[in-house]
Amino acid sequence: MKNRAWLTFAVGLLAALGGGWFAVPWAMYRRSEQPVQFSHRVHTSEAVGLSCQDCHALSDGGKFGGIPRLETCAPCHAEPQGKSADEKRFINEYVAKNREVQWLVYARQPENVYFSHAPHIRLAGLKCEQCHGQHGTTDRLRTFERNRISTYPRDVEGYSLVRLQPSRWNEGMKMDDCSRCHHERGVEESCLTCHK
Amino acid sequence: MNTAHKPKARYGMVIDLDRCNGCGGCAAACAVENNVPPAAPKASDRTGLTWMRIYRAENGRSFPENRTAFFPISCQHCGAHTPCVSVCPQNAVDINPETGVVSQIPPRCLGCRYCMTACPFHARYFNWSDPEWPRDMENALNPDVSVRMRGVVEKCNFCHSRWQAAVAKAAANGKREIDPADYVPACVEACPTEAIAFGNLDDPRSEVSRQSRAPNAFRLLAKLGTDPKVYYRSDRDWVRRMGDTDVAYESEASRG
Repeated sequence: MKNRAWLTFAVGLLAALGGGWFAVPWAMYRRSEQPVQFSHRVHTSEAVGLSCQDCHALSDGGKFGGIPRLETCAPCHAEPQGKSADEKRFINEYVAKNREVQWLVYARQPENVYFSHAPHIRLAGLKCEQCHGQHGTTDRLRTFERNRISTYPRDVEGYSLVRLQPSRWNEGMKMDDCSRCHHERGVEESCLTCHK
Repeated sequence: MNTAHKPKARYGMVIDLDRCNGCGGCAAACAVENNVPPAAPKASDRTGLTWMRIYRAENGRSFPENRTAFFPISCQHCGAHTPCVSVCPQNAVDINPETGVVSQIPPRCLGCRYCMTACPFHARYFNWSDPEWPRDMENALNPDVSVRMRGVVEKCNFCHSRWQAAVAKAAANGKREIDPADYVPACVEACPTEAIAFGNLDDPRSEVSRQSRAPNAFRLLAKLGTDPKVYYRSDRDWVRRMGDTDVAYESEASRG
C-alpha cells in the first residue's frame, strides 16, 4: 500500500511538472509555417556566395535590416536555379504573379520597442550572429511561433522556461538579452534608450 | 531614490512668453506627433490629454491696464529630486542618462497616479479610456511613437522618438554625436513666432543655453528646488512673478 501511495504521488508530481514545463509553454504559442520554404545555407554556401547584407540591406535611415522584397529575389529566380519543389512554387505563385511573399518575421519587435540596426552594426561592430544566431546557415525556415496572448513572436518576448536549447531560444532578441549586452558594454540602458 | 545624477546631455527649452500669443499651435503639433487622441466625449479639463497645455495668466488690473500672458506648460523635466521619479512604485519613470529627459514607460505603469499627485506642474495625464480616433485617422498615426492604452499615465518626453531617429541617422554615417538640427521637438518646430528655443543646456554655445542665462529668464516654481529644464523668459515683471505662484490654477486658455 505504502509503495502504491508513493507511486501515485510520483506520477502526479511528474504529470504536474510535465504540464508546467512542457504543456503550458506549448499551449502558449500558436505555430504556423512560412508561406515558402527557404534555405539560407544554400544561399550563403560557397557555390552561391551571398552574404547577409546582399539581401538584408539597411534602409537609408539605417533603421531596418529588413526582409528582402520580391525585387531582390526575382532577378536570379526568374527561372528555377535548382530542383526543389519549393522554388518551383515560389516562381509560379509569387515571381510569375508579381506577388510579395508574406514572410513571418521571427525578429519583429513589439510596437513599443525602438530598434535601429545602424548603431549596433556601424558603431558597436556587432556581427549578425550576435542577435540572430546561426539563422544564416539553417537549411529550412523553422516553425514560426506566436504568443497567443501578446501576439509577439517567441524569439523576442519573455524568458525561456527551460534553457535547454540555447541556440534556439537564446539568440538574443529579448529584452533581457539587449539589457545584458548593454550592461556588459557599459552602454546606456534606461527605458527610453530602447522604448518609445 | 537618488535622482540627482548628472546626464551626458541636458536637453532643455526656453520659452519666450513675450513672443507667445497663445495660438495653441504647439499643443496641436504635439498631439499629432505623439499620437495623442482627440478628447473623449466626456473628457473634461481634468481628464483630457494635453502633453503641452496653454494656461492664460492675467495681471489682475482693469481696462486699460489689463494684460494677458500665455504659459505653454509641458513636463518640465526636473533634474533634481524629480518628484515623479521618486514616487513611482513601478520604476516606470526614470531620467534618461543620455538626454536628461524624464521618461514615462506606459506599459510598465500600473495607473496608481501617484506621479500625477507628486508633479507640481500638473504635466502628467491619465488615460481614463482607450484612445479612439475618428475613422481612417488611425492611418495617420506616427509609427515612431507607441499608442497608450487605458489605465496608464503619459506625458511629454521632448519628442524622444526624434532623438532616437537622430541617433540612428548619425550612426548610419558612422558618428556618435547627433546633429542638433536633427533633434527638434514638434512644438518647437510648430511655433509660428519662434518663441521656443530647444537644445543642450550643457553646451555653452547653444542658443538654449545662452537664453537660459539671460537676465529675464526664470523657471516655474523654482522655489521647490526640482531644477526644471524648461525655462521661461519675459521682460514683464508681473509675468516673471507668476513663475512662483500657482499658475496652473489661474484661468485657462486651452481646454483638454
